[in-house]
Amino acid sequence: MKFINYLESISGIAIYPLISMLLFIGVFGLALWQVFRQSRESIQEQKNLPLQ
Amino acid sequence: MNSTIEKFAYDNRIVKNFAIATALWGAVGMLVGVIVALQLVFPALNFDLAQTTYGRLRPLHTNAVIFAFVGNGIFMGVYYSLQRLCKARMWSDRLSNIHFWGWQLIIVAAALTLVFGYTTGKEYAELEWPIDIMITLVWVVFGLNMIMTIIQRRERHLYVAIWFYIATWITVAMLHIVNSIELPVSLLKSYSWYAGVQDALVQWWYGHNAVAFFLTTPYLGLMYYFIPKAANRPVYSYRLSIIHFWALIFIYIWAGPHHLLYTALPDWAQSLGVVFSVMLIAPSWGGMINGLLTLRGAWDKVREDVVLKFMVVAVTAYGMSTFEGPMLSLKSVNAIAHYTDWIVAHVHVGALGWNGFLTFGVLYWLVPKMWRTALWSKKLANWHFWIGTLGIVLYAVPMYWAGWRHNEMLTQFTEDGRLQYQFLDMVNGMQGFYALRSLGGTLFLIGALIMIVNLYKTAKAGSFLANEEAEAPGLAKAYSIHGKEHWHRWIERKPVQMLVFALVAVGIGGILELIPTFLIKDNIPTIAAVQPYTPLELEGRDIYVREGCYTCHSQMVRPFRAETERYGEYSKAGEFVYDHPFQWGSKRTGPDLARAGYGNNRKSHAWHYNHMADPTSTSPTSIMPRYPWLHTSTLDTSLTAGKIRAMQTMGVPYPTGFDLVAVSEMQKQAMGIYDELVAQQDQLLIGEEGLSPDHEIIALIAYLQRLGTDIEVKPTQQAQK
Repeated sequence: MKFINYLESISGIAIYPLISMLLFIGVFGLALWQVFRQSRESIQEQKNLPLQ
Repeated sequence: MNSTIEKFAYDNRIVKNFAIATALWGAVGMLVGVIVALQLVFPALNFDLAQTTYGRLRPLHTNAVIFAFVGNGIFMGVYYSLQRLCKARMWSDRLSNIHFWGWQLIIVAAALTLVFGYTTGKEYAELEWPIDIMITLVWVVFGLNMIMTIIQRRERHLYVAIWFYIATWITVAMLHIVNSIELPVSLLKSYSWYAGVQDALVQWWYGHNAVAFFLTTPYLGLMYYFIPKAANRPVYSYRLSIIHFWALIFIYIWAGPHHLLYTALPDWAQSLGVVFSVMLIAPSWGGMINGLLTLRGAWDKVREDVVLKFMVVAVTAYGMSTFEGPMLSLKSVNAIAHYTDWIVAHVHVGALGWNGFLTFGVLYWLVPKMWRTALWSKKLANWHFWIGTLGIVLYAVPMYWAGWRHNEMLTQFTEDGRLQYQFLDMVNGMQGFYALRSLGGTLFLIGALIMIVNLYKTAKAGSFLANEEAEAPGLAKAYSIHGKEHWHRWIERKPVQMLVFALVAVGIGGILELIPTFLIKDNIPTIAAVQPYTPLELEGRDIYVREGCYTCHSQMVRPFRAETERYGEYSKAGEFVYDHPFQWGSKRTGPDLARAGYGNNRKSHAWHYNHMADPTSTSPTSIMPRYPWLHTSTLDTSLTAGKIRAMQTMGVPYPTGFDLVAVSEMQKQAMGIYDELVAQQDQLLIGEEGLSPDHEIIALIAYLQRLGTDIEVKPTQQAQK
């Protein structure tokens, strides 16, 4: 028997891959958004921390 | 802003302790690696001793290099960089010390228990429950010390390396606790709480993320600190490092099921694992490129500076293995590579190249710094670099070739549709590759030993600075915001928030991945024919686990023609519901045993008796070790009743009160096997101890003969239908 059949017995299973995709896009989008909104000075300051 | 300049000192002593530990344990772990590699070429090196057989030494090797070599390497790098990045001494010297000595105690306890056969039988999580608890406690000590240091820092921003450390800490804690849930039967024996498919999924969710969050994220943190330090220039793109961090920790946690492709794991979980594994290439390569481009315009330095040489090769090896990883999770590639030495090659490009070389690079940078002198011999360090690099090549190339050939030989059919090669033909074809691999490993080890001498001489020539004086303005309690503030800035200044966000990112992946499989448990149409193990089989299974048989034998027939022809009917999820822990294995140095007791694979009791005494007596040219102690040791039945009760607690349907009759049931079954053996006595390789129904070998035979037989339709059942 194909194991995919077991899925049918879990109610609302289709939501799982959908949730994962949305979460990923959300997290990735947020990270991108904030990264490009940071000022150049602030980025430079953080970038040089190991060299202080 | 508080402008008072505060004076303090960085604790270098704890860094020194971890540096010594990583170098020494590294050499030990690599030496055991060379020994197990040689055992596959010269089986006599197993010495016919329980404590030195491959099945026990291989987990010792993996645990030593992962948790002792890399573990101490992580702590060395974290304790050095965290203090500097926070402009603060570690919060508590006492906690630092408890962490150090606790971790070394764990390593010693692990080494002893593993060679004496105390193991949970779950790869890279073999340590028994008391050690699991010790790991948890020491990990909490480390985390508390780290978080408190961050809270008491004198630098407002948390540099990206620290984010990697925080994510490492919280994720490893989560993985370790979830995967180690086990039911103790005695002080050094427990059963995994999960069974079969669930156990496999949890184990590889853990196993894969041990690679991700123990071998990768902390080392990325080290990369983001030590490469800029060694090259004396900032990281190429700080923005990229932020994206690298979030994308990596979010995606990594989902990718575990790629270790279980074509197994009895549900299809949807396999597909989810594949998709996220392929996506992983983006953040991984983002990080690699960021590391390498940090050296843009400074490549001339790489020619001269051995530290940078090691680091460049390390980052390149990281790039290679993170390209290969997603490729290997494509089902068609995985079908070829899984269970073969290809995976061993893949793992070692990461372990030797990425972890090994980065650790060496950091050590070569740190030791002269902390001992305030120049490296004793640059020439020797360069020799180490080249010997190590050659070692990696000589290790990896033969293993890739071996993996490919393994698959080619075992999937070859003759014109009339029969399998062309016996499993043993393939094993014989591996010998040259295994010999070359041993040479590669030996070279790598020699390089490490050269480094130890070089660093020792450096330390001898210099004077150690235990407390490095530093000063920095104290941090104002209230932070006034100038201009517009971004949400991430709020997280990156607050370690606890960072910790929570990282946990949410990895927790979501874990929960969504694991829950559906646990739900399935209630819905899986149990295969009616699948029965719990008899007490004798259960004891035999524990011997199988104790001897580490899973390090060479899988118990999972994939649905391929070449496999079903060779091993029989492919494995079904419902067949493993009583397997605490699952024993699917991950490598086939020997044949699959899922159907060892079924159909054409079934051998006589006498065959098993002789095979375990001397494998070459039944399979000439076999490289399997001998297990003579099984034929002389008496089976310990003192825990049998307790084991049955533990199984009952976990839902295995033994009848009530079965624990009370388990030993007598066991003796009855053992007598049956014994009587058959006596009838074939003239064919047996019987030692001085003679034949006895109480010997461990009888239990092991019972277990092996049981394997895969549940799906057998018994004549009576057929008649009823």
